[in-house]
Amino acid sequence: MAKLNMVQAINLALSQEMAKDKDVLLLGQDIGVDGGVFRLTEGLLDKYGKERVIDTPLAESAIIGTSIGMAMAGLKPVCEMQFSGFSYLMMGQFEAHATRMRARTHGQFTVPMVIRMPFGGGVRALEHHSESREILYAHLPGAKVVIPSGPRNARALLLAAIRDPDPVVFMEPKHSYRAFREEVPEAEEVMELGKSQVVQEGTDLTLISWGAMMRPTLKAAAEIEKKRGVSIEIIDLLSIAPLDYHTFTESVKKTGRCVVVQEAPRSFGVSSEVVARINDESFLYLEAPVGRLTGYDVITPYFGREKSYLPNSDRVSRAITQTLDY
Amino acid sequence: MPRKPIAKFTVEHLQILDEKGKLDAKLDPKLSEKEAVTMYRWMRLARELDERMLKLQRQGRLGTFPPNTGQEAISIPIALRMQEKDWFVGAFRELGGRLVRGEPLTATLYYYNGWEEGNILPQKEMRIIPTSVVIGCQIEHAAGLAYAARYKGEDAAAVCFIGDGGTSEGDFHEGLNFAAAWKAPVVYVVQNNQWAISIPRSDQTASQTIAQKGIAYDMPVIQVDGNDPLAVTVAIDEALARARAGEGPSLIEAVTYRLMMHTTADDPTKYRGKAEEDDAWKKEPLIRTRMYLDKKGYWDDAKEEALLAEVKAQVEAVVKEFESAKDWQQDEPFRHVYGTEHANITEQHQDFLANVAREAK
Repeated sequence: MAKLNMVQAINLALSQEMAKDKDVLLLGQDIGVDGGVFRLTEGLLDKYGKERVIDTPLAESAIIGTSIGMAMAGLKPVCEMQFSGFSYLMMGQFEAHATRMRARTHGQFTVPMVIRMPFGGGVRALEHHSESREILYAHLPGAKVVIPSGPRNARALLLAAIRDPDPVVFMEPKHSYRAFREEVPEAEEVMELGKSQVVQEGTDLTLISWGAMMRPTLKAAAEIEKKRGVSIEIIDLLSIAPLDYHTFTESVKKTGRCVVVQEAPRSFGVSSEVVARINDESFLYLEAPVGRLTGYDVITPYFGREKSYLPNSDRVSRAITQTLDY
Repeated sequence: MPRKPIAKFTVEHLQILDEKGKLDAKLDPKLSEKEAVTMYRWMRLARELDERMLKLQRQGRLGTFPPNTGQEAISIPIALRMQEKDWFVGAFRELGGRLVRGEPLTATLYYYNGWEEGNILPQKEMRIIPTSVVIGCQIEHAAGLAYAARYKGEDAAAVCFIGDGGTSEGDFHEGLNFAAAWKAPVVYVVQNNQWAISIPRSDQTASQTIAQKGIAYDMPVIQVDGNDPLAVTVAIDEALARARAGEGPSLIEAVTYRLMMHTTADDPTKYRGKAEEDDAWKKEPLIRTRMYLDKKGYWDDAKEEALLAEVKAQVEAVVKEFESAKDWQQDEPFRHVYGTEHANITEQHQDFLANVAREAK
């Protein structure tokens, strides 16, 4: 078992799956010779050649549009959007064709493809390079949206995404790319899409997050547990769409209290859906309103002041405390 | 240092059979009698189905649809020159070509009556991509299909249709650029029917021709009379040969006219005059194709009468079949959200079924 960061773990998943399945092709800008701007695809051009590691012209819609054609013809394209902030240009192709082809042809044509994109703030990047817009894709019927939180689940979820028969938006929290390492087994490990993970069991409060926010969330939970002697159940959503709401609504039935931590703007986000599902399923078990710590309904500020806008472990601690003390 | 030209381009126009039925013998692709008659039969069938659909729509027996009348000389000869393994990538005004590829006549009726079943007939085996309503998307799909065909070692090409309006879309330019950069085996066919709903060709683009847009991506281009099935035949043969030889994509601009409304929900009298339409009717493709068959000695009034009766009966039978199809599942969309089961969809499916059952009482 090697200790890998998320970049290396994703590279491992791509490389192993390409070795196994010659229908898997990569498309993206600067993913070949350059190895990707974050070096996710380093070495793959040498291993698999330019027919399978395609350095495309610079056009997000055409990367997805041509991949849809490839997928309809039986290939499994894995595309890279260089940054999620540029991905909106492909929204037309994604909504009108990728997500709908199965339904509109009753499964005769399918679009098994993966759209990888780094997203989220915290790396002091230029404008348009730091947003968390997972909800835009999650709202579309037929789309799957997956967000890993660490190297090990990134590798296992990406393998599942490539093998999935439907289009999967695989959003990589770039703040976590090189932030830490985990043991990632060389042998294949695949997680099921559409499932969340209880990363720590507890009895007094359910704490829900995903992606890069898992780190401050875990830190805050450990501090509060130590300080107050409480037991916190922590859930990593992993799958934004379809949302595995049973896992967290059952947890809330047990704990009676819940806090959701989200990097994205507050309104109409994943946390809103989480609260709605708790309202549907666990209302009578609640001891306190569901707490929400989120980003603000403003543009992601330029990196000169982004830090103060991102939820951090102090704010998570405060949200947990408020909900515990309600 | 003197300025000097570094690149020069020309756009060729091709017409072989004019509206008066005059044939350029030197350019004649010399179709066999069987090929020529087969082509005309498809044109007549497509016209009959289109006209019948308009009546059905006006009687409230069919939903909104985009008529094809006047554009039979483009997708029909093209489909006839394609091979089975080639991909037919349409927009939504290629009825005749779809029929040639083997799509059942009922498919278009189901589709335009609001049933996805119109998309699920044996299209995958026929290599027909479902109708693309959002303008321009299919240009990129065709480049991907063509890339996949080459990657898999199939000697297949993709033929992709779009309208004059569609050439203004970003996806048109992105798709052409990708196809050319990849030297993908694909042929792009622009059905320039002069009108994108209410926007005339002259307001759509400042380009002198639409064909020249392909030159920007370094692909061979040609403008043909799109009401001349022989010119279309020659152009598609040349383009498909290039695709199969590994020479990459081509662009054909087929100049035609949208004789009818954009869709049945549209009223062209708001934006164009009758004189223009009357003039266009004189140039429509079936008249000259009939004259061509007559002159070749392949056709006469008796054969024409028999054909008209035959296609009428064929369409009538199809309409009966269409109107008797009622046994589809109302909950079908729930079965095809994902290729894998997920509890969220299963729960909503149950809820939907309960609602339908309650409302049925």
